[in-house]
Amino acid sequence: MPSAKAADPKSEVLVETRGAVGLVRLNRPEVLNALSYSVMEKVVEALEAFDRDDAIRCIVLAGSAKAFAAGADIKELEGAKIHDMVYNQQMPRWDRIRRVQKPIVAAVSGFALGGGCELAMACDLIVASETAVFGQPEINIGVMPGAGGTQRLTRAVGKAVAMDMVLTGRRMAAQEALQRGLVARVVPVEAFLDEAMAVAQAIAAKPPIAVLMAKDGVSRALDTSLETALSYERKLFYLLFGTEDQKEGMAAFREKRKPSFKGK
Amino acid sequence: MMTETAAAQDLLQSTKDGVLSLTLNRPQVLNALTHPMLETLMASLKKAEKDAAVRVVVLSAAGRAFCAGADLGDLKKGYEAGNAPSLGTELRGWFNPLIAQIRSMEKPVVCAVNGIAAGAGASLALACDIKICGEKAKFMLAFVQVGLAPDSGISHSIVRTMGLSKALEHAWTARGIHADQALACGLVNQVVPAEELEKATHRQVEALLKAPPRAVALTKRLLNRAQSTTFEEQMEYEAQIQEVLGKTKDHLEGVTAFLEGRPPAFKGE
Repeated sequence: MPSAKAADPKSEVLVETRGAVGLVRLNRPEVLNALSYSVMEKVVEALEAFDRDDAIRCIVLAGSAKAFAAGADIKELEGAKIHDMVYNQQMPRWDRIRRVQKPIVAAVSGFALGGGCELAMACDLIVASETAVFGQPEINIGVMPGAGGTQRLTRAVGKAVAMDMVLTGRRMAAQEALQRGLVARVVPVEAFLDEAMAVAQAIAAKPPIAVLMAKDGVSRALDTSLETALSYERKLFYLLFGTEDQKEGMAAFREKRKPSFKGK
Repeated sequence: MMTETAAAQDLLQSTKDGVLSLTLNRPQVLNALTHPMLETLMASLKKAEKDAAVRVVVLSAAGRAFCAGADLGDLKKGYEAGNAPSLGTELRGWFNPLIAQIRSMEKPVVCAVNGIAAGAGASLALACDIKICGEKAKFMLAFVQVGLAPDSGISHSIVRTMGLSKALEHAWTARGIHADQALACGLVNQVVPAEELEKATHRQVEALLKAPPRAVALTKRLLNRAQSTTFEEQMEYEAQIQEVLGKTKDHLEGVTAFLEGRPPAFKGE
C-alpha cells in the first residue's frame, strides 16, 4: 500500500491516507462520537485538506462500529442563548462540507443520530453496516435539526417519512434506510469500513475530473429546476471533451483494454 | 411488586463451562411469565451477549410444563372497572424486545421443552434457535381461547414452518401441536423420551461448543436474514459473510486441520 500515513490514536479525529483515499475517523468512543465544535472543526479541516491534496481522489468519513456519531455535544449547547447561536459562527462550518469537490463516502455503523445523521447525509453517499440506525431525535430535547436534517432527510426519503422522523423522533434501521434510498449499500457490521473503502477505491480509480463533474451534476439535481440542471449537466458533459482522460477512456473502450487515467 | 429475590427464584441462572442455563421456575403456576421474570431474562441474555464466558444459552423449565404464557396478574389493573388493557403496549414493552433479543443475539439459544408451551410460552420456546422436546412437549396457540390472536412472533414462525393452512387451523382451534407433530413439520429439532431431555440438550450444546464461534454467530445472522430476502440478495449476503469469515483464524485452523487430518481446535478468532 503506497504512502500509508498513520494517525495519532489519541486524537479525537483520526486522519490517514490509504492509497488515493483519505480516511477521516471520529474517535471519541467514550461519548459515542458526539460532535463537539472542536471535532466538527477537525473533521471539516481534514476534509478540506484532502480536497486540496492532489494525491487524494476520494474521501471516507467513518465512525466506529458502535457509533458513527450519536449527535451534537449537548453540554456545549445547553446553556446557549439565541445571540450565542447567531454570533458564535459554529453552524456555518457545516456549509464548508458542501463545498468539498471530491466525493465523500460516509461509513456508518451503529448510531447516526441528530448531528450524526446530518453529517452522514452531508456526505455524497452512505455505506451502512446492518447495525446502523438513523434518526433526528432533536424534537425530544426541545429543538429541531439544525445542520441540514430537515432538508437532506426530506430530499432522501420524501416528505411523509421525513416528517415522521423529525416530528416523532423515530429511528430508522439500516434495511429500511436502504429501501428508502437514504443509504447506498448495507453490509455486515464487520465489513462496513472495508466496503466503504472499496467503494472509495473504486471511485478513486475513475477519471478524476469526470468524477468531480459527475458529483457536481448529481448534487445539482437536488437544488435547482430540471431545466437549469439539465442545461448545467450538458455543459459539464461538453467540458469533459477537453480532457485527455475522455480520449483515453473511449480509445481504451474501442481497443478493448483497460484505460489508464491521468487526471488531465 | 415482587422483590428481587423472588424474581431470582422464579428464574434460575447458572453459568458453567461456557453455558448459561436459564430455568423458568414457577412450576406451581406452570411457569407463567411475570414482568420481573421477563426483565431478568432480558438482562441475562443481554449480559450473556457480551460475556466471553458464555458461548451457548440453554432455556429450560421446572416442573411438568414449559410455560403457560404471560402471567395475567401483571395486567389485572388493566381489566379493573371497565378498563381495557393496552396489549400493544404490553407486547412492545415486554415480549417483543425479549423475542427480538433471542432472535438477534449471536450466541445460540437452545430450548429444552419439557411439557406444555402455551400462548407466549410457545412463542418463547419457538423463538429459540434449537428446540429439543421431551415427548410430552406440546405447543398450544391458546390465544384464541381468550379472544386474542397469536403474538410475540409466533405467527411469523408457524406460517413459515407449518404453512398457512395448518398455522390457521392451530391458531383458530388452539389444538395442541404435539412433539412428534412439531418435529414432522420442522417446528422443532428433536424429540426424546422425557427422562432423556437433559442429556439430549447437553449433547446439542456440546456440539455447539466445539463449533467455531464466529461461524456459528454469522450463520445465525445469515439464516435469520434468509427469511426476508430474495435469492439474489441472500447470495450477495452470503458472499459478504464469507468474506468476513474467510479472514478469521478459525477458518485457517479448519482448513489446516482438514489437510493435516486432525480435528480442528477453534478459538473464536
